[in-house]
Amino acid sequence: MQLRRCGTHAVLVEVDSLGEVEAVRAAVEAAELPDVVELVPAARTVLIVTRPGAMQAVRKMLTTVDLVHHPGTVSDEVVIPVRYDGPDLDLVAETAGLTTAEVVDLHAGATYQVAFCGFAPGFAYLTGLPEPLRQPRLDSPRTKVPAGSVAVAGEYTAAYPRATPGGWRLIGRTDAPLFDPRRPTPALLTPGHRVRFEATP
Amino acid sequence: MTRESSLQNARVERSEHESRTLRTRESYVQDPRVQHSRTLTVLRTGPQTLIQDLGRPGNAHLGVPPSGALDVPSFTLANRLVGNPEDAAGLEVLLGGLSLRADTSCTIAVTGPTTPTWVNGVLRDSPLHLAAGDTLTLGTPRGGLRSYVAVSGGITVPADLGSRSTDLLSGLGPAPLQPDDELPLGDPTGVPVGVDVLVPVQVPDELIVPVFLGPRDDWFDNPTRQLSAGRWTVSDRSNRVGIRLTGTALDRVSCRVGQELPSEGLITGAVQVPADGSPVVFLADHPTTGGYPVIGVVPEDALPLLGQAIPGTPLRFAPQP
Repeated sequence: MQLRRCGTHAVLVEVDSLGEVEAVRAAVEAAELPDVVELVPAARTVLIVTRPGAMQAVRKMLTTVDLVHHPGTVSDEVVIPVRYDGPDLDLVAETAGLTTAEVVDLHAGATYQVAFCGFAPGFAYLTGLPEPLRQPRLDSPRTKVPAGSVAVAGEYTAAYPRATPGGWRLIGRTDAPLFDPRRPTPALLTPGHRVRFEATP
Repeated sequence: MTRESSLQNARVERSEHESRTLRTRESYVQDPRVQHSRTLTVLRTGPQTLIQDLGRPGNAHLGVPPSGALDVPSFTLANRLVGNPEDAAGLEVLLGGLSLRADTSCTIAVTGPTTPTWVNGVLRDSPLHLAAGDTLTLGTPRGGLRSYVAVSGGITVPADLGSRSTDLLSGLGPAPLQPDDELPLGDPTGVPVGVDVLVPVQVPDELIVPVFLGPRDDWFDNPTRQLSAGRWTVSDRSNRVGIRLTGTALDRVSCRVGQELPSEGLITGAVQVPADGSPVVFLADHPTTGGYPVIGVVPEDALPLLGQAIPGTPLRFAPQP
């Protein structure tokens, strides 16, 4: 674990894996430090932003984080219904050397975890994607990916909360309410959540 | 959220509010034919007028930028002048040109750079009082970009994630104002603060911006020297997302040239250096994560002036120990 200074009241914690990112994020969250304003996990880092004067408490707390034997996140499982009829489903099957039915079984059979959010409000990067579905982005990104699209890219899968440009491979679509800024909990998926996809006709 | 739904909600809230106001005032209203609604009507917007408050920090882990007024001291001053809590929603007016009609009597304060302000065509000093039917017009600010308008009671459009700020990056909050928009106002809660003279914001001829190195200063060759020796100007492609700078390209150490960084969390004030070496200083509507290295971070108290910096303003960095 390496601590990198980020101005006067933030620190960027750099670790070696997504598992360690989750260990740091879960530990800081569990510590319930009153002056932490933002806690932002990413691929290899956790950004911690505090109110002025609270950095020392954060640094002290970070010395107690066990990156190896962390208790793991206990969270409810979110199930997202998906119609697997995306425009890139055939491409994903072809790249994986599978039938489309096998792609659906693999994607809907796995359990995922929200590693972090970014790119757009409520856009969650889910890890746990089965190896054959880990595929590159499209050569040329789409200017508009429809809201609700379920997609894969690299080691991640995700569902687009709203229409945005995007280069991920689209395998299906969901009506799940992914993000609503007027809800008390606006994002359906937040870091640490466990997630499954369920094939619907 | 669509513009239509936001305005619809605003209207629903206003009509509920109106009926409540009328009920409570029933016994005092002398002439029932006179009905003033607690709204402002937008007549002209200028290049861009946005509803802003202090934003929605604390949601970066959901991919939600903090947003909020760029020049926070000017924004909170305007609110105090009209007797509002500091976080009441007001207007951020880019380069003037705003014209409003008051549909009720209210107190208004205009802060930020020197901004000529007219009421019914007569030049007036702010803070000032508007009667129902009065029009307020803002001219072009001098010495800065953004004027702030606070109204007694605050603007009470519906909030997204606890804030009424327009976030131009992620599309949260109300849409940028358009002519004929009706802005609902809350009930005034405090007493306006009387002042005779306001000290306007004035961006200096050259901005000298403090910066703390890190978190990715090790990606750059002698970052302190490069930052203090470089000379930049504020680009006209700057906006609420960030101040883009043109000028000295910042060089990476040779082993980092062409490398990519996995996306990591960004803080407001981060000085990110894209592959072409031209730095960007992130402001309130910044993306929550980014993949280019951040050489340093500008402290919070230096950001309001950056939000006022006119394109073409020369800029230097002052690396802090």
